[in-house]
Amino acid sequence: MSTVTLKRTQRIHPKKFALWLGIGTVIMMFAGLTSAFIVRRAAGNWVEFELPPLFYFSTLVIGLSSIALFFAEKAYKANRHLQYRNLLGLTLVGGITFIILQYAAWMQLASYGILLRGNPSGSFVYVISGLHAAHVLGGVVLLGFFFVRAIPKPDPVQELLSEINPERSLGIEMLSVYWHFVGILWLYLLLFFTYYK
Amino acid sequence: MATIESGTEIKIDVHGHHEHEHHHEESFISKYIFSQDHKMIARQFLITGVIWAFIGVLFSVMFRLQLAWPDESFPILETLLGKWAAGGKLAPNFYYALVTMHGTIMVFFVLTAGLSGTFSNLLIPLQIGARDMASPFLNMLSYWFFFLAGMIMLVSLFISTGPADGGWTAYPPLNALPQASSGSAFGMTLWLLSMAMFIVSSLLGGLNYITTILNMRTEGMTMMRLPLTIWAFFFTAVLGVLSFPVLLSGAILLLFDRHLGTSFYLSDIYIGGQPLTNAAGELLQGGSPILFQHLFWFLGHPEVYIVILPAMGMVSHVLATNSRKPIFGYSAMVMSILAITVLAFLVWAHHMFVSGLNPFIGSIFVLFTLLIAVPSAIKVFNWIGTIWRGNINFTPDTLFAIGFVSLFISGGLTGIYLGNSALDIPLHDTYFVVAHFHIVMGLAAGFGLFVGVYHWFPKLFNGRQMNNTMGYIHFWITFVGSYLIFWPMHYLGMTGVPRRYFQFSNFETFNVYGDLNVFISIAAIVVFFAQFVFLINFIYSALYGTKMKTLNPYLSNSLEWTTPIEPGHGNWPGAIPPVYRGPYEYGKNGTDFVPQHLPDNAIWPKDEKETKTELA
Ligand code: HEM
Ligand SMILES: [Cu+2]
Repeated sequence: MSTVTLKRTQRIHPKKFALWLGIGTVIMMFAGLTSAFIVRRAAGNWVEFELPPLFYFSTLVIGLSSIALFFAEKAYKANRHLQYRNLLGLTLVGGITFIILQYAAWMQLASYGILLRGNPSGSFVYVISGLHAAHVLGGVVLLGFFFVRAIPKPDPVQELLSEINPERSLGIEMLSVYWHFVGILWLYLLLFFTYYK
Repeated sequence: MATIESGTEIKIDVHGHHEHEHHHEESFISKYIFSQDHKMIARQFLITGVIWAFIGVLFSVMFRLQLAWPDESFPILETLLGKWAAGGKLAPNFYYALVTMHGTIMVFFVLTAGLSGTFSNLLIPLQIGARDMASPFLNMLSYWFFFLAGMIMLVSLFISTGPADGGWTAYPPLNALPQASSGSAFGMTLWLLSMAMFIVSSLLGGLNYITTILNMRTEGMTMMRLPLTIWAFFFTAVLGVLSFPVLLSGAILLLFDRHLGTSFYLSDIYIGGQPLTNAAGELLQGGSPILFQHLFWFLGHPEVYIVILPAMGMVSHVLATNSRKPIFGYSAMVMSILAITVLAFLVWAHHMFVSGLNPFIGSIFVLFTLLIAVPSAIKVFNWIGTIWRGNINFTPDTLFAIGFVSLFISGGLTGIYLGNSALDIPLHDTYFVVAHFHIVMGLAAGFGLFVGVYHWFPKLFNGRQMNNTMGYIHFWITFVGSYLIFWPMHYLGMTGVPRRYFQFSNFETFNVYGDLNVFISIAAIVVFFAQFVFLINFIYSALYGTKMKTLNPYLSNSLEWTTPIEPGHGNWPGAIPPVYRGPYEYGKNGTDFVPQHLPDNAIWPKDEKETKTELA
């Protein structure tokens, strides 16, 4: 049988590419929601209120968790597995804390009398930050999954195999792209809410 | 197996061991049900789509009976629909339920999933030279989310309050208030859930299509050597990926309004003189129903192109192949699809000219809307240029492709009328709009589906071909009949007959058109029965149709015809053929056709030679 040598130019890995596209769809969704916010706000009858301060704390937390993940990825690439595991754990804790803080922020908002029901200006904040939190939750589940996988296996050969598995390194890269994305998305939303109260 | 592939090739393959794939005895479940083979998934999309098509069209026949013979009673309706047609007469609210379900099913389940889902899945890997999609697993999920969406919609047909009945566009406040109509209760909730599942399905599919096309083309398959089908699927996926999330956000806000007491879309509603309140007793105010229209049509308009682009791509491909001529203006074809894709995002408000749009904004939308006519006209011109003086094989797929061009012209022209806001004000919500979009979208895209099925049937069903005679009967009745159904509707619309009315006999002005409505309904029933010719042909041919004897029965240039008659999972038993040229080199330098995988100085590979001599 004749042989064809395929010279394939090194393109971006298809799965990573699909992830970027997926991020594009999430961006479109939030673009849709925030433009709905702007259109609705321009129509008047719009109640203004202060954002709950806890939102700023949660921003800090998700930012720090992003930094932790950044170094976790570096540690993984440098084969410092214990450090990788610890930093990954830190990121995971950060993610969970973020969601708890968001919930607390909603409680704070409600204590100002701004409820999910009522003027759409408040409803929008709940719905948009809630949908964002759902995306963070997805990331937390993935982080948990990677964390469990990072627990060393009793058999050293198995352990070595799983550590050098290229699929896993790709997975970590993709996870960190996603996690940084949800962090940046939150930053955008916070600035948006602050600017367009 | 002496297959030799480069390391990278194997790495990007999700299974990695394709060369051995067809030695596996796959279980029934993994082969036919939870299959990850793109060809099987295509079949699943097609068969599900066809079943939905018959349900959707049957609904339209039911409400056509009502429109034509409002005073007659049809016992069969009572048999089929029970309490919704007590005494054989359709209940008014169920008429709306039927119209709503008809629209939803046809637009989303048949023309989006059934058409784009089927052929994107089938043709993308086969025509670009890939073993499968970038992620066969997500691809499988895409089908199963579609299936789930369908099941939820099906369940909604049988609940005691009936399915959603507020129109396929689901405008609030009608669809936001469960008390507004019986279908707006639980039926609408199920509708929204079903659509959410459907959106997930479309997104998973779209991500996969784009990734596959951009990353997994075979050696030598540059973008400008892609068949136009692939270009069309590509932009279809781009449209979907960018617009469906916006519909999802619109639908989520609607769910909040319906179930959690928000008022994104609701404001100052009075029922029987009483202001409407939410569960907590607060006035519902501050919302804007127009907001939903913006969010809906931001998807809704791209959606109509999601429906039509795959059909355009397949028509281009089939017209060039079957008239043995290169496509006229390949790059103009690509550019015009690109232009349509970009413009599709800039025209949504032409559906809202009478919804209280600022007239200045309206005129911008008029401009962009009319601009769409330019790339559309380029495509029409090029199709005609392609078949002009061609050596046309008038097989059923060609006939449907030519029918498509005819319908696209007829329906596109009325779009230009509607795109002028001044003309749209009297025409909006009349039968003129119904005629416009059924001809340009419903029929044209439906014809596109038939083009695809007749042409690629051997690739769908193990090398079996459909029966041509039945194909001709099917084509002529459908083609003539469709015009007879929808052409008269223009006249109804121009005299102001409104769409979505249950009965006209009580209106002085409109009851004079009774005979025309009878005529339309009879044509509709005839066309409906003609589809059974197709169905029988489809089922019979899939099981017992004559098998093609050569690999490439249409002497086509594209790669799908280099796969075995019954390709296994992985498509090519050996290496994937590299590509040396564009897909439409027909009638060049005295050769009838030059397949894409043939090098310039090639001696024809053995099977191609056989093909040639057999036909000589
Ligand atoms: C030359 C190109 C086209 C123009 C200028 C155009 C323009 C319009 C306009 C202005 C309307 C709104 C009418 C109204 O509600 O008052 C409309 C409705 C519609 N058009 Fe087109 N159109 C074009 C092509 C198409 C194509 C290619 C499709 C689908 C494949 C399509 C599908 C629809 C649908 C589905 C509706 C009605 C939706 C509804 O209200 O239920 N149109 N068109
Ligand atoms: Cu439109």
